[in-house]
Amino acid sequence: MHELSIALSLLDLAEEEAERRGGVQVAAIHVKLGPLSGVVAEALLSAYDLARENTRFERCDLVIEQVPIVAYCPNCRGERAVISVQEICCAECGTPTPDIRTGRELELSALEIIDGPADATCGSPAESA
Amino acid sequence: MAPQTRLVEVRQKVLKQNDVVARALRQQFHDQGVYVVSLVSSPGAGKTAFLERVLTDVGRERRVAALVGDLATDNDAHRLARSGAPVRQITTGTICHLEAEMVKTALDGWQPQSLDYLFIENVGNLVCPASYDLGEDLRLVLFSVTEGEDKPLKYPTIFNTADVAIITKMDLASAVGFDREAAYRNIDAVRPGMRIMEVSARSGVGMDEFVQFLEARAAEARLPAQV
Repeated sequence: MHELSIALSLLDLAEEEAERRGGVQVAAIHVKLGPLSGVVAEALLSAYDLARENTRFERCDLVIEQVPIVAYCPNCRGERAVISVQEICCAECGTPTPDIRTGRELELSALEIIDGPADATCGSPAESA
Repeated sequence: MAPQTRLVEVRQKVLKQNDVVARALRQQFHDQGVYVVSLVSSPGAGKTAFLERVLTDVGRERRVAALVGDLATDNDAHRLARSGAPVRQITTGTICHLEAEMVKTALDGWQPQSLDYLFIENVGNLVCPASYDLGEDLRLVLFSVTEGEDKPLKYPTIFNTADVAIITKMDLASAVGFDREAAYRNIDAVRPGMRIMEVSARSGVGMDEFVQFLEARAAEARLPAQV
């Protein structure tokens, strides 16, 4: 289980990105996750719950978008879905497809930031009105 | 009133920090002409026995060294040191994998530029090491004939991130009824076209072939630097 260290890295990165945008308040962290990243979504969600405690992201949601494995099929001459992570073959014609184009993602894709008064969920330390 | 939110695109790898360190290590190794090989497997697949043999065999002609990762104990480092090669232990504590920064720290004060090969034995684990680039040129995934032919199907990601599959303990293959065809089929399903080699560190079967393969790969990798 390395999801906790992944969750901590994710929060470090989110912090850096929020700061770079002027210390914006973050309502949610959006992550893209591929089956070949070595990270399991459910485990990442639990680890995130632990990791965010007592941080500025304590009340931020983690939104995981699962990215399918897509590979280049030399037979179909195009990018195609694969049968499964256990069978890296074109889902349409069954040709083995070692040239993987997506599915390795472990990426902070976006931050959902809050505009307006700073009384809401989380982000920068709460400012009193 | 609910606050207004908007989505701001970031698109950064979560392990960006690790990747930055790994890239720097890879460049450094390349500049120094060191070919770096990492080994991953489940605990007990025979990484240390295989590596001890590789260090001994390759070490006759080449300058070799090894880093070995474990949660606790430096037993493996002692075993590997019997080959005569310089060995450093990385004790990870509770961490189930090596990260690029640990490799960098372990190399502090060492002289890798005087090496031809550096081997990095990861913590025995077929899950977590898959996510971390260590700056290696070649990643070997080992699995033994005693583990079951469906190991690749159970841990497809680690096979998919590795370059070569090494089937170990071949001297036990017939005793345990190892189904070679099924093992090859499963490896090829999760990583089409993957190079597969069979070895026994105990009997020495397949070791010469592996060393030749390694030398060829290393020569290929060093070529551009020498032009």
